[in-house]
Amino acid sequence: MSNWFDLLIGRKPKSAGAAKERLKMVLINDRTDLNPDALEKLKDEILQVISRYVDIDPDTVSIEMTQEGREQRLVADIPVRTTNKRRRAG
Amino acid sequence: MPKVVTISSGKGGVGKTTTTANLAVALAQNNQKVVCIDGDIGLRNLDVVLGLENRIVYDLVDIVEGRCRMRQAMIRDKRLPELFLIPAAQTRDKSAVSPSDMVRLCDELRPDFDWILIDSPAGIERGFRNALAPADMVVVVTNPEVSAVRDADRVIGLVEAEEKGPAKLIINRINPVLVRRGDMLNSEDVLELLAVELIGIVPEDENVIVSSNRGQPVSLDGKTRAGQAFQNIARRLMGETIPFLDLEARDGFFGRLTRFLRPGGK
Repeated sequence: MSNWFDLLIGRKPKSAGAAKERLKMVLINDRTDLNPDALEKLKDEILQVISRYVDIDPDTVSIEMTQEGREQRLVADIPVRTTNKRRRAG
Repeated sequence: MPKVVTISSGKGGVGKTTTTANLAVALAQNNQKVVCIDGDIGLRNLDVVLGLENRIVYDLVDIVEGRCRMRQAMIRDKRLPELFLIPAAQTRDKSAVSPSDMVRLCDELRPDFDWILIDSPAGIERGFRNALAPADMVVVVTNPEVSAVRDADRVIGLVEAEEKGPAKLIINRINPVLVRRGDMLNSEDVLELLAVELIGIVPEDENVIVSSNRGQPVSLDGKTRAGQAFQNIARRLMGETIPFLDLEARDGFFGRLTRFLRPGGK
């Protein structure tokens, strides 16, 4: 997380930021018993199932683990391509 | 109001015993009648931190196994006549006491005391379960450091699972210089990660070591920064609203200039 001022004076990014980011990931893992690999697989499978029913663009999809208080929440935002759009595009 | 407060952390060495000793002293200074129980059977330390190690005759296991009456094992602190200690046994292990023993013991103490503080051992096994069982409230102590925060999160989760939550948090040993330099998690970072209610921030203070060398907890002398922090926590436990010490904001001209020049930087 360096910025222009750090670069200007040749300073390394600070370690507190790294600690926080690493802890965020570790706590998700500890709380949900879900490692990053499994989370990726989960996302892939969700997309597969959904695309069986509706047309989606994998590049516009976001599926993230978020924290709300002490609750972990899997939040998915999956834009669906409408038939209208498809017709226009095609 | 809670009466039985268990001080826990998961990780060892974050300052549970120091916290227990200092909160007990600070509560007793506020004319509260306090008994603290060392839950660390086999590795007792609350006695030395309080400076009461030479007065132990009976211990927690002696009470539980019926070798003495409760009163005989309670050591009265001569500095603060409202403060008592029930020491842990040193030659036994955690399995000498069960969670239901602890509940029974605390139920017997409840009518006579305003506060019963239990110093939990490190870990999440039997000793922790013993300390958790009688708790009305759990205070989790952590340091602004990755391993301590991770273990605190685990303990907070276990406390919730046992329906003893939500736990309250003490962030111990904050080093304001490192925080300002960006090389230590600040209290907001820790709070955001753990998402529990904060009940105290204690700065790293060499007086804590000096005072434990002498067996005189820092909060006996309210002039030290750590002692003041513990006294504030005691008053918050008693229901007062006390603002948190601002340990991170004080910086000089260069610090402010740096922050100004580094938008979004900390």
